[in-house]
Amino acid sequence: MREVDSQTMKIVVCVKQVPDSWAEKTLGPDHTLDRESVDAVMNELDEYAVEEALRLQEAHGGEVVVVSMGPSQTTDTIRKALSMGADAGVHVLDDGLHGSDAVATSLALAKAIEAQGADLVIFGSESTDARMSVVPAMVAERLGLPQLTFSSSVAVDGGTVKTNRVTEYGYDVVEAPLPALVSVVEKINEPRYPSFKGIMAAKKKPVTTLDLAGLGLAADEVGLAAAWSVVADAAARPPKAKGTIVTDDGNGGAAIAEFLSAQKFI
Amino acid sequence: MAEVLVLVEHVDGNVKKVTYELLTLARRIGEPAAVFIGNGADAAIPGLAEHGAATVYVADAPELLAHPVAPKAEVLAKLVAEKSPAAVLVASTAEAKEVAARLAIRTGSGIITDAVDVAADATATQSVFGGATVVHSKVATGTPIITVRVNSTAPEAAPAAGARVDVAVELSAAAQAAKVVDRVEQAKGGRPDLAEAAIVVSGGRGVGGAEGFGVIEALADSLGAAVGASRAATDAGWYPHQFQVGQTGKTVAPQLYIANGISGAIQHRAGMQTSKTVVVVNKDAEAPIFELADFGVVGDLFAVVPQLTEEITKRKG
Ligand SMILES: Cc1cc2nc3c(=O)[nH]c(=O)nc-3n(C[C@H](O)[C@H](O)[C@H](O)COP(=O)(O)OP(=O)(O)OC[C@H]3O[C@@H](n4cnc5c(N)ncnc54)[C@H](O)[C@@H]3O)c2cc1C
Ligand SMILES: Nc1ncnc2c1ncn2[C@@H]1O[C@H](COP(=O)(O)O)[C@@H](O)[C@H]1O
Repeated sequence: MREVDSQTMKIVVCVKQVPDSWAEKTLGPDHTLDRESVDAVMNELDEYAVEEALRLQEAHGGEVVVVSMGPSQTTDTIRKALSMGADAGVHVLDDGLHGSDAVATSLALAKAIEAQGADLVIFGSESTDARMSVVPAMVAERLGLPQLTFSSSVAVDGGTVKTNRVTEYGYDVVEAPLPALVSVVEKINEPRYPSFKGIMAAKKKPVTTLDLAGLGLAADEVGLAAAWSVVADAAARPPKAKGTIVTDDGNGGAAIAEFLSAQKFI
Repeated sequence: MAEVLVLVEHVDGNVKKVTYELLTLARRIGEPAAVFIGNGADAAIPGLAEHGAATVYVADAPELLAHPVAPKAEVLAKLVAEKSPAAVLVASTAEAKEVAARLAIRTGSGIITDAVDVAADATATQSVFGGATVVHSKVATGTPIITVRVNSTAPEAAPAAGARVDVAVELSAAAQAAKVVDRVEQAKGGRPDLAEAAIVVSGGRGVGGAEGFGVIEALADSLGAAVGASRAATDAGWYPHQFQVGQTGKTVAPQLYIANGISGAIQHRAGMQTSKTVVVVNKDAEAPIFELADFGVVGDLFAVVPQLTEEITKRKG
């Protein structure tokens, strides 16, 4: 177990830049998400992760570093986290990372996190584009860190972290020694908006770029070529045939019942 | 024939329907073998055998349940190493997806999440971007690890031996580092689980308030359905957050989805678009949710829904 001195607690937050969820998403010719043609924002669920890190820092002191892997415009998302209050950023950036699947993403993130020597690593619970909810568990497995995912509350006390893990039946209370890895669910907190002061301050905060060599990875370990799962084909779903729409004339409920009965639901 | 491992979803031996769906899909690829972790194997085995499990691997050491996720991944990793299965299928529940994630890293295997169908060669069909795009993918490295959405196929009986084989696993230190110190159950009421329900009745901002959900619940109960809600409704505190359907809530694919007072924002559709049949009640004829409707009524839900509930109750006698 590692006793954490409040002056030195280091929290790493992993944030992803994703297409704005209002945008129509399409796949490019190589079956990867076309990230160029849509507005990009910080994955909404990762805002909760940043906020949780800042609250823990306010309570215990220490430092918050954001790590994000993605193409060059990802700096906007890193700056947003810095303007919320994080202290420094690490941008994992290399053309060779294009097309990385979750397995490869978890490898690059694990390397970047390892280099930071974090006491606590905080993830969002899902990216709104990939929607896999697997990267935190993969990074925990790779780094041999205790996994406390899907947390609806996070508390650090000395060298221990305690969370409520959301389950199908309620929640589990989970405890582990630091260093540890946490992911947080939506609504764990109310993420703050960057203040004007925060935005100005963020411009001066350090952002380090890490490429594959900096991570200690070879080109064939990540990216599209190294993907362990491959997309054979992708096609737009054929549009649904138009349904029957009626206007309620006082018998709308009965009309639905008629339909449900014809479809054998009742 | 190579085995296909299926991780059993259960509560103390009470097997969830999705497991039978997985066994049904597994039969296409190879010989289904169920992997049962936890208490209650004796109660579970007959149903697993009935649905095609030739073998039931049972790991019931108490320490497997004392830590989240990692122990289950280590049980599966051991079986993958020993049996070289043709594939591993798990349900697309939050926890099982994490088990699959760790298993992929441990066994050096590719993973496909949220499949809605799996073919004999382990090609998975996925429905991405909220159902707008259909993708076929295959695992290229290691053992295919595939998480399959609930309600992707109808479970079929295919009686098999269901021979019990006990499995003991030496857990790694890392798997035991996080400890479950307490389990808290929150009352769910008598309704089916939202993610698994055959019928979901949802309410949105149009329901107008927490009391308004009374008419939604009454309709749900008349159909034996689960209740869902849009984020507008959960954000307003009218209905608990765990019932939110959509991009940042649950993804559901029931036989029947009834959307009441929901406009059909892209983020809501992302969670319900692959429902087999969609019924809509909304007073705005222009609401985009009507694009998904098999049957829709333009009208006030407070008039239409109670009438529907009454009609159903009458017909069910
Ligand atoms: C990153 C992100 C993630 C999101 N995730 C989700 C998510 O997971 N799930 C989700 O649902 N939303 C999500 N949203 C929010 C989404 O964009 C919409 O705001 C939300 O779905 C709207 O909910 P609604 O349809 O209930 O409300 P509204 O859009 O306000 O629609 C209410 C509808 O009710 C109808 N109505 C009103 N009164 C009546 C009446 N008496 N009878 C009949 N009809 C009536 C109206 O005509 C209207 O169409 C997300 C948004 C973002 C940005
Ligand atoms: N490219 C990335 N850079 C940084 N963090 C990421 C990246 N991809 C995923 N994550 C983190 O992993 C979480 C789960 O993502 P996913 O498994 O893709 O649903 C997100 O909420 C992020 O915290």
